[in-house]
Amino acid sequence: MTDPKRIAIVACSGIGKTSGTVSREAAYEVTEVLRPDRTRIVALSLLVLGDEAARAAVTDSPAITIDGCKLACATKVCQERAGRVGQAFDVMDTYRRNRRLKSQGIAELNEDGKKLARDLAEEICEAVDRLTAAKEGKEDNA
Amino acid sequence: MPRLPKRKVGIIACSGEELPEGTVTRLAALRVLEHLRPEETVTICLPLFLAGGEGERAFTRFYPTIAIDGCEKRCAARGTEIYSGKPAAGVVVSDLVAEGGLDRPEGSRRLNQAGQRAVEVTEVRVAQLVDELLEKRRPRRFGTAAKKEPGR
Repeated sequence: MTDPKRIAIVACSGIGKTSGTVSREAAYEVTEVLRPDRTRIVALSLLVLGDEAARAAVTDSPAITIDGCKLACATKVCQERAGRVGQAFDVMDTYRRNRRLKSQGIAELNEDGKKLARDLAEEICEAVDRLTAAKEGKEDNA
Repeated sequence: MPRLPKRKVGIIACSGEELPEGTVTRLAALRVLEHLRPEETVTICLPLFLAGGEGERAFTRFYPTIAIDGCEKRCAARGTEIYSGKPAAGVVVSDLVAEGGLDRPEGSRRLNQAGQRAVEVTEVRVAQLVDELLEKRRPRRFGTAAKKEPGR
């Protein structure tokens, strides 16, 4: 799991709301499709337990967190475990910019939910590129 | 007669996003909560024990809890025990898969057929545990005498 070149993506693990599923769908879209070589997903439950490899993943380089609700578990747990949060995303912010998308479903998202997740994934990619460039710049200067 | 609150069982899934077995825990928990035992179960997100407050950490004091874990790290069971209280029961998906001689689930984002089968096996096991826990804690019926415990 420890690959300091990759940005850790930590998503909400909630199963009570559609937005939790949207956060995970966006995380998978980034780590499996859009930026597979620059990112990796880190399980939030491992961070809760203080797993060493998971902790290293969020302390070696700034992590990106994706929360499904205002309780912001992903961001809080990441910070609690001494992780550096490079950028925190909230599904509701993306929804506010795309109010026409009425996401539904938890086990399986409807088409609007999948579209919302893709829009969020694209926003996340901008942060991945920015954080990667900043890290590479630091390494060049070192 | 006053209406007493219905006894319920808490379900906590590890939800491990890295592994297909984590996805199995989420889907099995949802099936139990929404379809198999909707009136008898409640849930809370595991990270809320850390990110939430005292109310969240009191979860296992109110509900006998079943931890559903994807792998031998048992984050849900261990996390629940550390931050709230010892779960009343637990299942580990990788163990159920091995015991049942099933193929290993694949696809964290979209489970393959083996993953769907693992969800079915897990949800049935969890529903059985819900029934067992409620039976154990069911108060004795009006008018029946409590059995004398041996040695008392």
